[in-house]
Amino acid sequence: MSKRVLLVEDEPNIIEAVSFLLSRDGWHVDTHSDGGTAVAKVQELEPDLVVLDHMLPGKSGMDILTELRGDAAYKDLPILMLTARGQMRDRALAEEAGVSRFMTKPFSNTEVLNAVRDLTRA
Amino acid sequence: MVGTRQADLAREIGISASYLNLIEHNRRRIGGKLLLNIARALGVEPASLSEGAEAALIATLREAAVGTPMPAAELERADEFAGRFPGWAQVLANAHRRVGALERTVESLTDRLAHDPQLAASLHELLSTAAAIRSTASILAENKDLSDEWRNRFHANMDQDSRRLSDSSKALVGYLDADADDGAEGAEVASSPQEEVDSFLHHNGYSFPDLEAGVADVEQLITDAPQLGSMASKHLARGVLEQTRSDARLLKLSALSVAVGQGVLDPLALARRFSLAPSVILRRLASLPSLTAGFVVCDRAGSLVFRKPVNRFAVPRFGAACPLWPMFDALSAPGSVRVQRVRQVGRNAATFTCFAFAEQRHALEYNVQPLMQGMMLIVPDVADAGRSEEQIVEVGSNCRVCARVQCPGRREPSILSEGF
Repeated sequence: MSKRVLLVEDEPNIIEAVSFLLSRDGWHVDTHSDGGTAVAKVQELEPDLVVLDHMLPGKSGMDILTELRGDAAYKDLPILMLTARGQMRDRALAEEAGVSRFMTKPFSNTEVLNAVRDLTRA
Repeated sequence: MVGTRQADLAREIGISASYLNLIEHNRRRIGGKLLLNIARALGVEPASLSEGAEAALIATLREAAVGTPMPAAELERADEFAGRFPGWAQVLANAHRRVGALERTVESLTDRLAHDPQLAASLHELLSTAAAIRSTASILAENKDLSDEWRNRFHANMDQDSRRLSDSSKALVGYLDADADDGAEGAEVASSPQEEVDSFLHHNGYSFPDLEAGVADVEQLITDAPQLGSMASKHLARGVLEQTRSDARLLKLSALSVAVGQGVLDPLALARRFSLAPSVILRRLASLPSLTAGFVVCDRAGSLVFRKPVNRFAVPRFGAACPLWPMFDALSAPGSVRVQRVRQVGRNAATFTCFAFAEQRHALEYNVQPLMQGMMLIVPDVADAGRSEEQIVEVGSNCRVCARVQCPGRREPSILSEGF
């Protein structure tokens, strides 16, 4: 059974491109666009990895990350954050909050694929 | 196009000179009747014109492949790709150019990004769109076996995102260039009173000949300035104009121009010659159009309160300036003129001679601690300036965009050395 990725992103064309990319690589991809209900979606789907945008409607990626890491059940869940906010302090804050990998937009497909493979390697 | 003026050629073939310029620089692909018309006007074979464009396209594709960490790109087959799918190749090349332009924009604007929420939102939009385009373009380039349905879908996405990128880029350029524009636009988009004043001064070329001649009134200039929308900006502009009027009464630019034209620029000698304070001389030199010098003024806290930029010496619009600027040294030695040659670290570095001076802002009073202000005239070096033996100090603009390593004055990491 293929591993499951939850892509939390609100840009439709990024969703389509990244979903295509990961599906081609053998992943089962679920997508979700609302920050406010993203944590509930993680609890519902129990994905093997979350790809998380930083700026989302409802709740920011940083808040979602903090909330997930505050729950013991998700302290080791691989979370790849994609963001247009590449400043040093944003990266530092995300790392402090427990992000597994931080990637700035515009990213390359190869970088995303490699990061997803790395983070889910047992 | 040796021997033929671009404007003449454009007229002969019935297109605008600017459109012909785009064609000449391979920014527009041509074919059909237009290609034949240009070839006829130039007296060459049509094929010889399209070959150049093809070569430029292939070169851009190779550049795109090399500049991206994607070892899968078949460099040696770039010409085949361009030949078989010229439209897609052009889309990819355009996206590559656009991403490059965006990356340069982001690099140059991160300082402002940290301080301007509207700009942060605009750049987020641009980067997200660029991310979608880059990812989609890579899928199209790397997956030759895509089904027609997916190919059409991604094609539509690219089209949609390209339009979105185009619209948001135009909006952003409009926002950033506002203070270089004519009309009232600057006042609408400037994010601070200081920016409104910068826009006003820029629009007037930092020169107010009618005020200097005594035929214009400060209040009228302020009232007539569409860039000055807020009360705060009017207040700040009033200070600048009153200072200009007061300085002009002490020293006419025509007299200063004659004196400067007589030898090496020496503000201290000019101060002695005209029996004026060095601060007046530095401000007047900054107003002299023929000198094309930059000028900055800071308060005792180091905040820039006046900025006249000069080409190739970046002055931050937001945040603190480089603490290595001679102006900040001058604050600790009021009354002394400091002269220092400097070079800003970074691309297109040029050498400047800076004259820095600090004085108190108000008249002397008993038992009142003086409030100092610093100023610095930034003069582009000329080859025969006669100061080549002097030490050149490397300075920056703002820590965030400065690449100087192991700098004693660094406040925060640079995005250029730490990665963005």
